[in-house]
Amino acid sequence: MNARLNRDEAGQTRAKAMKSFRITQQEIVFVVFAVLFLFCSLFLKGFLTSENILTLIQNVSVLGILGLAMAIVVIGGGIDISLIATLAVPPGLVLQMVQNGHSLTGSIVTAFAISIAFGLINGWLIAFAEVPSLFATLATGIFLAGFGQAFLFQVDVVQWSDGMNGFDRLGQGSVLGVPMPIILFALAAVAVTFLLRRTRWGAYIYAVGDNYAAARVTGIPTRPIIVLQYVLAALIGCFAGLVLAASVNSMPTRIFNSTLIYDVILVVVLGGIGLSGGRGGVINVILGTLLIGTMLNAMTILNMSYAAQNLVKGVVLLAAVIADSFLSPRNEETAQQGDI
Amino acid sequence: MVSYSKWLSAGLLAAGIATAASSGLFAAEQGLNEPFQGPFREALTGKTIAFVPVAMNFDLTEGWWAGLKKELKPYGVKFELRDPNWNTNAGAQAVTSLVSEKPAVMVIHNPDVQTYAKLLKRAEDEGIYVVQINMGSAYRSSAFVGANWIEIGERDTEAVVNSCKGKSNKIAIVQGALSAAASAYTLRGVSNVLAKHPDITVVSSQAADWDAAKAKAITQTVLKQNPDLCGIVGFWDGMDIGTAAAVKEAGLTGKVFVATSGGGERRGACDLVKTGAFDLDLSYDVPTQAAQMAGTIKWLLSSADAKAGAVKGSEYTTLIPITKANADAATTCWNLEDLKKEAGE
Repeated sequence: MNARLNRDEAGQTRAKAMKSFRITQQEIVFVVFAVLFLFCSLFLKGFLTSENILTLIQNVSVLGILGLAMAIVVIGGGIDISLIATLAVPPGLVLQMVQNGHSLTGSIVTAFAISIAFGLINGWLIAFAEVPSLFATLATGIFLAGFGQAFLFQVDVVQWSDGMNGFDRLGQGSVLGVPMPIILFALAAVAVTFLLRRTRWGAYIYAVGDNYAAARVTGIPTRPIIVLQYVLAALIGCFAGLVLAASVNSMPTRIFNSTLIYDVILVVVLGGIGLSGGRGGVINVILGTLLIGTMLNAMTILNMSYAAQNLVKGVVLLAAVIADSFLSPRNEETAQQGDI
Repeated sequence: MVSYSKWLSAGLLAAGIATAASSGLFAAEQGLNEPFQGPFREALTGKTIAFVPVAMNFDLTEGWWAGLKKELKPYGVKFELRDPNWNTNAGAQAVTSLVSEKPAVMVIHNPDVQTYAKLLKRAEDEGIYVVQINMGSAYRSSAFVGANWIEIGERDTEAVVNSCKGKSNKIAIVQGALSAAASAYTLRGVSNVLAKHPDITVVSSQAADWDAAKAKAITQTVLKQNPDLCGIVGFWDGMDIGTAAAVKEAGLTGKVFVATSGGGERRGACDLVKTGAFDLDLSYDVPTQAAQMAGTIKWLLSSADAKAGAVKGSEYTTLIPITKANADAATTCWNLEDLKKEAGE
């Protein structure tokens, strides 16, 4: 825990020094979210109803779960572009295997085993072969998606089959009126918070992301910690994929070609987790997800055109990236190999 | 007397057969030569058919490919596949290199109206027959086989409007990708019908990018705002699984009429109509389309007079409306695995 304490102390000193003229991105995002939410509640008919708010959160739950996976990696100083491949391929394999007559449990175990193996490969490439995370995960993601397309799936939308019945409750059921995806997002958020804030591994992830060399000198097993990040990200990605599949009764593996990965990065950066690593936490992911959810929901209610929606999203991402580079400026001290 | 005449007739018959066999009818035992089948076989043997889809690995393109092979492989036709995997540039490159490789026929599935248009004209100028499937380009080639998207939009919307009679008259539209011509054409069909029904209100018309998750998110929000919605026009059944999931979650299955369209593969179409997810799925039956393409290719190759680009025609697919009434029938839908088996894959 020493490293964590040191980091906190350092953070506090820095915060004191800056407090007079700077606020954190987390605060900015919270204010933006609050203003947007208030605005929508006042002026948008049908926005502020408990049903609509639940729908709003449900629609971004999968995005939020992916955001948690990305947060672990980004806090640890890397990035995982292959996240959508782990979202699409192992859960797609579950649907395909069940369609081919395998048991549901066996299929799910296989999917998680593949995810762990995939995370290990990512981690090994980045921690031991020292390939920058951006390039390593870009390549492995394409590999996994291509492998799935060539050898695992017959068609790119893997359809539901009778053997999966009951499993759709994971994406479509509700407990006490709260839709399942929201509950699963909440559970994942609690688990990741626990990992990052209450365990030694979590503290190590922050230490590695904040200053790799210093963490290593302190005696932290930096390489295994990096491997751990990517294994966790792959597992959470697979979990998000299962929720997605259960919620739309199929696995559209073509999602790999979509812009979903940018939305995930948007959630993380918008929420205020600095891309230079070592900063932020689960609360930032939740904030980023809620902000995106509110935007999407409001634009849908307004029946805004697709082009206008993209324009708004682009402007918001741009603002977030600019704010990020103002609040955590890059210099020789913080720049690291693999930075993006 | 009876037995005498019997013997006599038998004797005459035997004599007759012997005479016939030794003279003209001898040739009939070998059969007659049909003069056109020889040149037909020759015209097909060893010819190459190149296929450029927008991507493989989905029911439509896999079905066309298997269907073409099933029909034409037995005649010694060779097959060449270039898969651009949703990349329009890669597709244009594939078409360009094919023009110089000179296959006998190119089967083209256009990503949009413009990109390949000039290339396809050049191909036909070079003597390559171009058959366009389901998505035509601005250049009209020897043959177009495919769905009439405007008709699909019209028929889906008419069904939704009919189901709305006496209800709220509020409908929603879930479009595909804005850049796709198929989506734009379908939308025109929708508008054509809505122009005749001013009493219908469109509460939402948004693009879900052919993405089931996006379709679900949009539909959920729309249903929360308009719980009295009476129908939804969807643009593709692969995406509208999400639309239907939202309707089901809201507990409105059967109350909100969901109309969509697709290739008619059993799991994606008939099975979902049976569960009540879709009320109407207009199918452009992929194996029929493949058979029509194969027929056109046979005709083009065997007709010595039809030079590439000299004749131009369209074969719009006759749609199969899949509803609860026919979803159980054996011939309504098809199955990719079986079609692939028939194609010998």
